[in-house]
Amino acid sequence: MPDKILEIKDIKRDFTIGAESVHALKGISFDVNTGEFLTIMGSSGSGKTTLLNILGCLDKPSSGIYLLDGVDIAKMTRDELAHLRNLKIGFVFQSYNLLARTSALENVELPLLYNTAIGAKERKERAMHALESVKLADRLDHTPNQLSGGEQQRVAIARALVNEPVLILADEATGNLDSRTSYQIMELMQEVNQQHGKTIVFVTHEPDIAVFSSRTVMLKDGKILKDSPNENKSAKVVLAALPVTEDYVQ
Amino acid sequence: MNIINLIRIAYKALQRNLLRTFLTMLGIIIGVAAVIAMVAIGQGSKASIQTQLASMGSNMIMIRPNSNVTAGARLDATTVQTLTIADVNALESQGQYINGVSPVSSTKGQAINGALNWSTTVQGVNLSYLSIRNWPLKSGYAFNEEDIKSAAKVCLLGQTVIANIFTGGEDPIGQTIRFKRIPFKVIGVLGQKGDNAFGQDQDDIIIIPYTTLQERITTSIYFQNIYAAALNESVTDSATAEISRIMRVTHRLKLTDTDDFAVRTQAELISTFSSTSQLLTVLLTAIAGISLIIGGIGIMNIMYVSVTERTKEIGLRMAIGARGLDILLQFLIEAILISITGGLIGVGLGIGSAKLLTLFLSWPTEVSQSSIVLSFLVCAVTGVFFGYYPALKASRKDPIEALHYE
Repeated sequence: MPDKILEIKDIKRDFTIGAESVHALKGISFDVNTGEFLTIMGSSGSGKTTLLNILGCLDKPSSGIYLLDGVDIAKMTRDELAHLRNLKIGFVFQSYNLLARTSALENVELPLLYNTAIGAKERKERAMHALESVKLADRLDHTPNQLSGGEQQRVAIARALVNEPVLILADEATGNLDSRTSYQIMELMQEVNQQHGKTIVFVTHEPDIAVFSSRTVMLKDGKILKDSPNENKSAKVVLAALPVTEDYVQ
Repeated sequence: MNIINLIRIAYKALQRNLLRTFLTMLGIIIGVAAVIAMVAIGQGSKASIQTQLASMGSNMIMIRPNSNVTAGARLDATTVQTLTIADVNALESQGQYINGVSPVSSTKGQAINGALNWSTTVQGVNLSYLSIRNWPLKSGYAFNEEDIKSAAKVCLLGQTVIANIFTGGEDPIGQTIRFKRIPFKVIGVLGQKGDNAFGQDQDDIIIIPYTTLQERITTSIYFQNIYAAALNESVTDSATAEISRIMRVTHRLKLTDTDDFAVRTQAELISTFSSTSQLLTVLLTAIAGISLIIGGIGIMNIMYVSVTERTKEIGLRMAIGARGLDILLQFLIEAILISITGGLIGVGLGIGSAKLLTLFLSWPTEVSQSSIVLSFLVCAVTGVFFGYYPALKASRKDPIEALHYE
């Protein structure tokens, strides 16, 4: 695996809305090293969602170069990008995006169904393994409506890990969760980053979530405002320090 | 992507909402069941008519005085009278392709046995009639030469007549009944014949010598019909030609005169009925086919709704690696699964309905293999055709927009 898992050079992205042209990204450049835990922050309209879509290969820049794991995505077709996403990227969304009325195990298996190299038996094994690593092995037959928000997000994280991607992209992954559960998720993210060595790019607008990463890239009006390292707090420690409340029973 | 996986994905998607899947199928189920049942009814009635006509003797030929007779026209209350005993005799002596000729005339009236009476038909015939009609006696004897010569007052009773005027179950043979005030001695009992192709009860009959009918009841020298039996089915055409020739001579018709009689074979009647019932079957099937189309439209409707409803799911699948083609195939397979499963259930339901109709209403039905295969094919095509455009729409969604769809 190359040192720099992501290379972003002068990325610009313009949208034509009606008669106007919107410059969502006005020239973004930065690199991400393998194994980094990076947060991208910014208010609405800063371009962070657009940048995330490009990083996730769901969108192509209007100009500039994006190398994912050494591959230049500029010339790739829709289908090639889909294949790339399947193998290299794991997505975690704010609203979990699990399939309803489907067991956790089947939800986690989903990316593997689109990977022709993997047969049914291996698929099941990998999915169970992924659920174990997020500590939900005892809930593999639960459907989303039988799981709490935090548990659903953990299933989503397991799904993101199951294809053994090089990059985890999280879009406001704690947005729908209360603070305690948010910290639990961040604890899991840090575990995935530190123990499994996965590169994580985490998009958020909450500063107290951003502190759990090692570096923050701040966007404003389509440009990088600040790119600086963080104190890299341990979510585990923060969790332990939280006052015991009676909000809900663990 | 692996087609097996796609089928699995499609199947699971349908399984998630069984009620909706079933309701979507309903149009197809009903359409297919209707087609299968309609065709079965059509085929069944056609087969039963053919069997009955065949049992009447497919080599039977019927001669009738002519007006402009259209095929399959009913027995006319005669306005034209041209058939006489001379015709019968000529045909009997000269006909080489026929073996058996009988005059047949009928009249309606009350048959009375003591206090019981029954409105029925009396038919005057000669000795050949029963063999021409393939009509065995259940008991007793048929009449003989003497009876014909003397216009004897003897009769053979059909089962329905017996059932209505000999209700005590006693043996009618030797008893006397009255018809139009004439006493008739019962000398024979006819075997059961059932309904004819027109739905008339053939057992509702009394058979007497034609001379008796002519002299004592109708006082006419003319007959309403003459029946003849061809030697066998293959010579019926030759027989009809021969009959026409002979009768033109006995009727002294000139070359330019049209026949004042009409010769009809059983085969013609069969083909008339065949084509009528064929037409009926086609019509019914067309109507049922329309309901299949409606079922297909139902599928298309639901697929469109489903695609819109599952926009986020489509976005997710694309994000984790589904290509456009994967999405298209998934939804297309869902539509095909719906229509084929609906087809299977419809076939079962159609066959079951046909059998129930036969069981409870005694309608003859015959499930046709080709209707099953055809319905199935139509279902598959319906699934593909009506499922394609919604599936295409799904595959063209932009994943970013789809993921943010509310």
